[in-house]
Amino acid sequence: MNYYHSVRLNKAKCKGCTVCLKRCPTEAIRIRNNHAQIIDAQCIDCGECIKVCGHHAKYAVTDPLEAIHNFKYKIALPAPTLYAQFQGVHKTEPIIAALMSLGFDDVFEVARGAEIVSYAISQALRNEDKPRPLISSACPAIVRLIQVNFPGLIDNIVDFVSPMEAAAKFAKEEFAAKHGVPMEEIGAFFITPCAAKMTSIKAPIGQRRSYVDGAIAIKDIYKQMSAAIKKGFTMPEIDRASTVGIKWAIPGGETDAVGVRSSLCVDGIANVMAVLEQIENERFRDLMYFEGLACVNGCLGGPLTVENSFVAKNRLRSVMNRTAMKTVNKTSVFENACETLRLNVEIEPNNSRQLEGTMRERIEKSEKINQLEASLPGLDCGSCGSPSCRALAWDIVHGEATELNCVFRLKDRISELAAEMVMLGASTRFNTSKEVDQLEHMSGQLSHDERGDDEQDE
Amino acid sequence: MMIKDTYPVAAGDMTVAGDVSARIKRQMKRLGIPSDIMRRVSVCTYEAEINLVIHSMGGEIEFEITAEDIIVRSRDVGPGIPDISKAMTEGWSTASNEVRNMGFGAGMGLPNMKRNADEFSIESTVGVGTNIVMTFHI
Repeated sequence: MNYYHSVRLNKAKCKGCTVCLKRCPTEAIRIRNNHAQIIDAQCIDCGECIKVCGHHAKYAVTDPLEAIHNFKYKIALPAPTLYAQFQGVHKTEPIIAALMSLGFDDVFEVARGAEIVSYAISQALRNEDKPRPLISSACPAIVRLIQVNFPGLIDNIVDFVSPMEAAAKFAKEEFAAKHGVPMEEIGAFFITPCAAKMTSIKAPIGQRRSYVDGAIAIKDIYKQMSAAIKKGFTMPEIDRASTVGIKWAIPGGETDAVGVRSSLCVDGIANVMAVLEQIENERFRDLMYFEGLACVNGCLGGPLTVENSFVAKNRLRSVMNRTAMKTVNKTSVFENACETLRLNVEIEPNNSRQLEGTMRERIEKSEKINQLEASLPGLDCGSCGSPSCRALAWDIVHGEATELNCVFRLKDRISELAAEMVMLGASTRFNTSKEVDQLEHMSGQLSHDERGDDEQDE
Repeated sequence: MMIKDTYPVAAGDMTVAGDVSARIKRQMKRLGIPSDIMRRVSVCTYEAEINLVIHSMGGEIEFEITAEDIIVRSRDVGPGIPDISKAMTEGWSTASNEVRNMGFGAGMGLPNMKRNADEFSIESTVGVGTNIVMTFHI
């Protein structure tokens, strides 16, 4: 099976340290031959490794701005996170105008897509028999995390496309209708704060094909945009998003927009995992909606953003204060949102961390892993190149490592070998000494074979 | 071929409650247990673990898996349950206010375990302890 991943390794910069290894939420990294290796089947493109690598050896592949020229008509889809990136800019208009100056023919705010998706979700919660809690599908890293680590919760995932997809769909439809041009000639590009969005465009989950044609990293166009904002451009005539959609960039914004009574929002992937574990144990029986965001501070904390996410959060609040529209402008596209935005491909569990074979064989292997894990020191130091002793045990059983990858096991083995060598040294020394002659004489048994022929010759 | 692991559960410490069920769940995920069964086993193990922490003086949870069944056994030393049929009623609980304030002790534990297990048996001796056996067919 082929996997597309936006997150990649720059081998030349990788020192083979254990920082990313220890932080990967799905244990998708190994250090082998002094470099990190990403296990494609397990990587969820959350970008944690990009954030923690001090050597900048991890990076995300996104499209260059030039990619927009592959299309005759170009539409920018700014994530609301973009509005919080520019110091001193507390209004959305200069940012949208600056985007146009980069060569786009139109801008469709993803915040508008968010408003339509929020509406669809609230309708579904009201009219359909949904599992509790419903889990947001907005953060693609969390959807993939559920596929790998929480397959039992797949049915709880919201079965609508993300705001980015909704924005691309309606942006293209509106543009095509307004200008009378064919859909294929329109390219919609997401201005992205994260790598996972790029992956979800190239390898969508729940859809056969993404409506989005590419993703451009916020950090890649930041300089050009800053310059354009300073110059000042005229604001195009477009339908605007309200604060309801813009707020999606802040943790809890989605929950507010959906308007559910009993909801929970958690940011930071480790925190999300802890709560999903509890949801799996059915601890939150009254919970109706769960918004989980891989990055601390949600999309504002995405690995491809420029501004510090805490500063960005304050700035976005200020942007919202100065945004005139406080309520959603329900255009005609809202009417059939529940049908038009519905996912049409089933979300499958990712079984890459499951043992293979019959149940009997799996039990056998699992028991072997348990025994190996128990025999390892349990320090989870990562020096072996696997993220934990348990992961090393798995790797050994799968022939991808040996027990001597463990530095403590290696140390023990070296001590044993050293002891043997001391013994060997001692016995050779005795061979040439008078004591040994005495010893030999006494025992009369120490064979010539054991001493080695060379020494006999001397 | 089977796996049989025993995990001790200490009384009183709510901060470690959930550790055993998390370990068991990890093992089931690795084994590729169908998610519906895994969910039911997890719910039951977690309830059993919480019960040991809240109500007992300490005990252990045993996790056994064969190609056909998963069996979870909970054994504790503790006050025991004087009236099991009452304890099996939804909403009935002897948990303290302190425990209830932490979101537990709603009297859903035992009924929930019975509902989720394919086979459920409980025996208890007052002043000695409680044994629960839950079987799930794979």
